[in-house]
Amino acid sequence: MNYSIIRYILCRVLEVEGIFLALPCITAVIYGEKSGWAFAAAMLLCLCAGFAGTRKKPKSQVFYAREGFVTVSLSWIVLSLAGALPFTLCGEIPSYTDALFEVISGFTTTGASILSAVEPLSRCCLFWRSFTHWLGGMGVLVFVMAVLPLSGGYNMHLMRAESPGPSVGKLVPRVKHTAQILYGIYLAMTLVQVILLLLSGLPLFDSLTMTFGTAGTGGFGILNDSAASYTALQQGILTVFMILFGVNFNVYYLFLIRKPGQALKCEEMRAYLGIIAMAVLLIVWNARDSFATIAEAFRHSAFQVASIITTTGFSTVDFDQWPQLSKCILVLLMFVGACAGSTGGGIKVSRCVALLKSVCNELRCAMHPRSVRRVRFEGRPMDQDVVHSIERFFAAYMIVFAVSVLVIALENMDFVSTFTAVAATLNNIGPGLGAVGPMANFGGLSVLSKYVLMFDMLAGRLEIFPMLVLFMPMTWRK
Amino acid sequence: MQIIVVGCGNVGSTLTEQLSKEGHNITVIDSKTDRLKRVTDSSDVMGVLGNGATYSVQMEAGIEEADLLIAVTDSDELNLLCCLIAKKAGNCHTIARVRNPVYSLEVDFIKEELGLSMVINPEAAAATAIARLLKFPSAIEVETFARGRVELSKFRLEAGNILTGLSLKDISSRLHCDVLVCTVERGEEVMIPDGNFVLREKDMISVVASSRNIVQFFKKMGMATGRVKDAMIVGGGSTAYYLSKQLLAMGIHIKIVERDRERCEELCELLPQAAVVHGDGTDRSVLLEEGIEKAQAFVSLTNVDEENIMLSLFAKSVSRAKLVTRVHRISYDEMIGSLDIGSIVYPRYTTAENIVRYVCAMSNTVGSNVETLYKLIGDKAEALEFWIREKSPAVGIPLQKMNLKPNILLACINRRNSVIIPGGQDMIQVGDTVVVVTTNTGLHDIRDILR
Repeated sequence: MNYSIIRYILCRVLEVEGIFLALPCITAVIYGEKSGWAFAAAMLLCLCAGFAGTRKKPKSQVFYAREGFVTVSLSWIVLSLAGALPFTLCGEIPSYTDALFEVISGFTTTGASILSAVEPLSRCCLFWRSFTHWLGGMGVLVFVMAVLPLSGGYNMHLMRAESPGPSVGKLVPRVKHTAQILYGIYLAMTLVQVILLLLSGLPLFDSLTMTFGTAGTGGFGILNDSAASYTALQQGILTVFMILFGVNFNVYYLFLIRKPGQALKCEEMRAYLGIIAMAVLLIVWNARDSFATIAEAFRHSAFQVASIITTTGFSTVDFDQWPQLSKCILVLLMFVGACAGSTGGGIKVSRCVALLKSVCNELRCAMHPRSVRRVRFEGRPMDQDVVHSIERFFAAYMIVFAVSVLVIALENMDFVSTFTAVAATLNNIGPGLGAVGPMANFGGLSVLSKYVLMFDMLAGRLEIFPMLVLFMPMTWRK
Repeated sequence: MQIIVVGCGNVGSTLTEQLSKEGHNITVIDSKTDRLKRVTDSSDVMGVLGNGATYSVQMEAGIEEADLLIAVTDSDELNLLCCLIAKKAGNCHTIARVRNPVYSLEVDFIKEELGLSMVINPEAAAATAIARLLKFPSAIEVETFARGRVELSKFRLEAGNILTGLSLKDISSRLHCDVLVCTVERGEEVMIPDGNFVLREKDMISVVASSRNIVQFFKKMGMATGRVKDAMIVGGGSTAYYLSKQLLAMGIHIKIVERDRERCEELCELLPQAAVVHGDGTDRSVLLEEGIEKAQAFVSLTNVDEENIMLSLFAKSVSRAKLVTRVHRISYDEMIGSLDIGSIVYPRYTTAENIVRYVCAMSNTVGSNVETLYKLIGDKAEALEFWIREKSPAVGIPLQKMNLKPNILLACINRRNSVIIPGGQDMIQVGDTVVVVTTNTGLHDIRDILR
């Protein structure tokens, strides 16, 4: 392991976080809030630690895949540890464990909260809570690579470890330029949504925080009832943008370079939109009795489906009250997740499609044992290695899921709550069902459960392996 | 520049790595997943899987925006086809590797009619490099700058050389000779020395001087300066053929040892003046019988790298010949260097360098001012030639007042056909070409040498 370069990149990440901590400070100044000092203190701390650690250049530039994994998972941990400080310092979330849970939930774009009421929080805290979604959505290291001169061939290892999806490709030859394009698209879409929300009559602060929650597919709201008290138009805007941020960003790049034909052919996006349409129709039909009119049923089910499949986790109604089939569909959507290369979490649509296809192939092979078949995806045969790695990923996902469920079972909640508490965190959604449903929170859990769920959130965001690698003794040997 | 490299074998991957380090945006195309993955893992480049000679794959690799396509797959025909299609699809510059001697006779026609910018033959390029070494046997490597007026030669300080124990600032007063030591390799370390640096035995040093001075310099050190009179070549492949042709034209006697009877007869037809011996070049009795002990130069060009190295080691033990060894594949450059078997020629580096040099000249028109670029010691150091076109902070200041970055040396200034080996009082002027030697990479302009 090349510890010096890991130290160097971690400190770079701290610097970046320090710079972003200036934003809640500004918010505090605008609203004249006293708790802003906590953010200023955290900012100074991050910047000092960052500068101290980056003054000495790394001794050697050796950087392989394992350094990539370790750097990415450690950066996310360090980021969260530092990001949780202001909440505890200003006393609005007195317990550091709770603050850490909240911030990890923010950075991993989960949106699960330990707060029973968010409205009493100061504006600057609310802003930082939502802003962590925006930063975590596209990835912090991707940002670091976009703005800082991190030269060398190693940045591909970082990008691969941080970006979601079975096979991470570049848009253009350089990682730096790829990262810049991704952040450019991200920023532009964020701006458009903010403007639309402003036009719909939402105040600036609400527009910004809600947009951060949507863009990162996070789900922290600033009202106790999440998105329920917004107008139908505002909920509509949120629905559309949740779906848009769940699409593979390569599609937008293709639009950008004027190849719309190729963009519309994207198999993953088609599958993703198809799943959404199916789920909405099924829920409208199944839960029609819970609503006054069909239009209302459509509006709420579309919002909820978009919110769950993109792993955002906003809610307009307490879907825990819906009929069983609708709830089951939502739970399944939690696992499907958004497209690879988007800001959403979950297993990812592309993986699900590939898994489904490989199961079909297996069935055909059972009929014709000598037949030779390849999984085709996006119009070309998928590399056998990628198919295998998807299968292994799925297995690892299920193992982490099962172990977490066992530990959370110690809480002695009902099965649905236990199951969905893990599903909602591992898939980066936020609200589950039952005791952790949309109108409840994670605050009542024991400290052990909270740490397990924090691990799940990070594992879900970084796609399992980078976090598991940390537990292998082999990783730390020199 | 946007560059597409088709084929990432030996040359392709070396080329990709170097061009990417120079700051170009590279997309590589290969039909094998694992080869592609190896390259995209080690360098910051994009990979596209598929046949590089197809329109759709080239479009995917972004041929429309590309400035240059370099085709270096194993097949000549495929390379030419790649270039043809690229020309039509993207109207970019194209470089093809063509190694079949049958085509190489028609290179000019191919270049002209197919609209290629450059055709590179790795065997011929390697042969040229070897021939240059045999012209000047005391040096291990020779590079030329400023259209041949300045030479940079590398040699090892053997025991008893008068330079050992001398500090660099004393060399010119001691030898009355205008030369400049640019790089010193000691063990695996590469240094850009200053005036107080003291040379030691076994150091590998590179010196810059005008062509005339370098001969004097070697004479004064008591090292041979004339070209070799005869050469023995083991292995009769196409490199041997190109080399023999060049050497025969210079009047050097050639003896080729080749294992395959048919190839011997072919060579005999192609090179009537050369002595072709049918025999196993790895058999010591054959070599001794053919007079390896008396040979002035010994070039091992068999297809097996290990064999070449062994042969050179053997030749070193029985004769005082100038040794040249070709290494194709093995990547342990430092290890081979430490064996002390004279000059090593790596065809993949030679080919890649030729292309990189072309790319440098091309990007001159796109903003960079590097005229030529040479990799000196693997890729640990490079020498760059800049053409000073306009006034800049580096122009018109005496060198001793310049605040240079570390590990940078101004090796020579070429002003109106005269070569100046610069001292502290000299300064750069507009219209000069200057050669800068550095262990840093990524210099694009003369301004970059300043802090």
